[in-house]
Amino acid sequence: MRGFLLVLIWALSPGITLAHEDHHLTVYTYGSFASEWGPGPRIQAAFEATCECELELVAVGGTDDILKRLASEGEDSPADVVVGINADRAAIAEAAQIFAPHRLLQGRYDMPLGWHHALFVPIDWGYVSFIYDKPRTPSPPSSFRDLAASEATILIQDPRSSAAGLALLLWVKAAYGDESEEIWRDLADNIVEVTEGWSASYGQFLEGGADMVLSYTTSPAYHVLVEGDRSKAAAQFDEGHYMQIELAGVLTTSNSTDLAHDFVEFLMSDQVQALLPESNWMYPARMPEGGIPEEFGNLISPSRALFLNPSTAESLREEALREWLAAINP
Amino acid sequence: MAGRDQSLTVSGVLAASLILILTFGTLAAVGWRAEGAGQLGPADFAAIRFTLWQSFLSATISTILAVPVARALARRRFPGRGLVITLLGAPFILPVIVAIFGLLAIFGRTGVLSEISRAFGGEALNIYGLHGVVLAHVFFNIPLATRLILQGWLAIPAERFRLAASLGFRGRDIARQLEWPMLREVLPGAWLVIFLICLTSFAVALTLGGGPRATTVELAIYQAFRFDFDLGKAALLALIQFGIGGTAALFALRIALPQTAGGGFDRTVERWDARGRLSRWTDVLAIGLAMIFLLSPLTAVFAEGLRGIPDLGAPVFRAAVASVLVALASTALALLLSLSLAHLIVAMGHRRGGPLLEALGYLSIAASPLVVGTGLFILIFPFVSPDYLALPVTALVNATMSLPFVLRSLVPALREVESRYGTLSESLGLGGWRRFRIVTLPRLRRPLGFAAGLTAALSMGDLGVIALFAGPEQATLPLQLYRLMGAYRMEEAAAAALLLLALSVALFWIFDRGGRADADA
Repeated sequence: MRGFLLVLIWALSPGITLAHEDHHLTVYTYGSFASEWGPGPRIQAAFEATCECELELVAVGGTDDILKRLASEGEDSPADVVVGINADRAAIAEAAQIFAPHRLLQGRYDMPLGWHHALFVPIDWGYVSFIYDKPRTPSPPSSFRDLAASEATILIQDPRSSAAGLALLLWVKAAYGDESEEIWRDLADNIVEVTEGWSASYGQFLEGGADMVLSYTTSPAYHVLVEGDRSKAAAQFDEGHYMQIELAGVLTTSNSTDLAHDFVEFLMSDQVQALLPESNWMYPARMPEGGIPEEFGNLISPSRALFLNPSTAESLREEALREWLAAINP
Repeated sequence: MAGRDQSLTVSGVLAASLILILTFGTLAAVGWRAEGAGQLGPADFAAIRFTLWQSFLSATISTILAVPVARALARRRFPGRGLVITLLGAPFILPVIVAIFGLLAIFGRTGVLSEISRAFGGEALNIYGLHGVVLAHVFFNIPLATRLILQGWLAIPAERFRLAASLGFRGRDIARQLEWPMLREVLPGAWLVIFLICLTSFAVALTLGGGPRATTVELAIYQAFRFDFDLGKAALLALIQFGIGGTAALFALRIALPQTAGGGFDRTVERWDARGRLSRWTDVLAIGLAMIFLLSPLTAVFAEGLRGIPDLGAPVFRAAVASVLVALASTALALLLSLSLAHLIVAMGHRRGGPLLEALGYLSIAASPLVVGTGLFILIFPFVSPDYLALPVTALVNATMSLPFVLRSLVPALREVESRYGTLSESLGLGGWRRFRIVTLPRLRRPLGFAAGLTAALSMGDLGVIALFAGPEQATLPLQLYRLMGAYRMEEAAAAALLLLALSVALFWIFDRGGRADADA
């Protein structure tokens, strides 16, 4: 009977979290960051080696999922730090009034564009782009108009549930402004499928589900470094590429404030920044002393870095979403 | 007299109130929270159009394809015919998401048909979109349509075929004089039942729709909920879904709906006109093709699932335990509710309240789980974090959704018991709980076992409300399977699909068997 009750509790509990003290830090993040292949476990081991504390990584989901979870937990939230807030949703995160100003003294980042924010610290970033298979697509499109005019098929992610999907929406918006609706109307017949998350569309692309898939310019580096496969490449677009930035922030409800800020500073250290490229497959926000793997030098470098600051992104989001939904639902 | 059924009456009234709250109460909550219709964008109208169009196509294709299969089954006797007909009832307890996994393995991009097509230099198939949704609905509803139409065929008295033969009718004459009038009566009802089922399609559109271009209203409710957390919009869409379902149900009342009561399938009619070689071959072809279509996805689930077993991780087992617990809770609740309600219905007999109460029990067939879920969320959200209630609410909604089936099997049985043993029990002064235990329960074992098995299997395979409520580290097995497919971990997903299938069938079998144990001894 006892065993049965334990099983019952184990199955029904929405994740039992330990009572937090000063030596316990709870970090909310997204799934792949915390997974065994992601940077999470290595960051955890490295931090625990120095902090005399216990670090718990909780895979909650994307920015919206994390905010929803924090809102429902309110003051009682066990979380101290959030890692992986999408900069395009930073305005919403800021409006929730649950994040404390960061304590990083020097805001030096090595990104194509400057970043100044009182609450959030960028930990890594990447350019969104369409990935193609070189043997299958010998001459990839070189712009959105080019893509729309071509027969090329694409797999994309839903901007309502995926950070890359939202970045694509803002990419078109940043590049084309008022003409973006027309671009989407022309692109509608190239889209094979819109998936909820990145994995589903990338998996289907690898199986030959479409000519190209929405991902990051850094994705080919994964295929080279992990699989020794040089067949994948990112299509360079003349409009420039949109930057997606991932942020970290400390919660006001944290009971271990100092430890939380130490952790955010640790995220910016050479040690962590150097392991991000090969575990999270993004560019580090601050170039580590020893540089990053050479293979990243072979990736395309966009002619222009496009980025909308969080408040602009937020103000354009609804309208862009409506345009997109209308355009692909003729 | 008054004392004997008091407790049963009270529980009946309680059950009826709970059902009222779950149906009309949640609907009222939805209506209260819904935004003005001005909030509807082109995408929402597209969702409404898509819902109607895919239901129309699914119902039409299913019924048309079912006609030759039903005809073949009606006029042929062959070894395994009983098995084929049993199999046609199986989709009822087959979890939707498992079937989808199987369909992907056959019709998907890396599926069997794509491989064949590529081997001949053709293109791989793309299953996502309208055709994928319709394909899955046809897969689920051909068996149902076949059973409904087969009943129509078997209802034609054998004497008529004998008379037709003695009059020298040819196949064409029989078709015109006997079969066509029957089809004209049966087909609209079968079509409408399937149309109604497809209107509330959620899991199929979620997995095979391929994104916003193939969104049903139910899926739009889910998106408004999960992606935008826009309760007003979700509620408005829920009202629209209810409107569509309600309108279709009103039409259904005007057409005599066919009954799917089992039995009577075990006879064939001697057909002198169908002895020719051609008609024999077309019948073989019809049954053969239908079996290949229905069995190949299931075979694929078995083959791939067995290979994926080493990949199964702890979250899958955790979800499986949660699912079994939800299924058991939902079964207990459904039986409790419908036994209470059935007692009241039978006790009231044909007085005014009786038929009304019975109608109440069937109400949830028109309600959509996502509409009820949205309403519950609106009612609960201000008080408790929905994360904590995901599993209890799922059990509650699943129980409500299976009430119609449970009542359908319990009410006639209970009526029979009452009419046979009611007077005797009364003369012996046997009443209340004792009478229920000694007289009623043993005689209800069979229908109870069957109903429990059905409820447990339906709940086990359900992917609906749980998708609205579940937090990231909570899942039932169908939701976990959906997440694995989303993360493209197909080996593990295959094994999870097999596990889910096994658990659903096992639950059904155990309960159904339990109900028969006595009778077979």
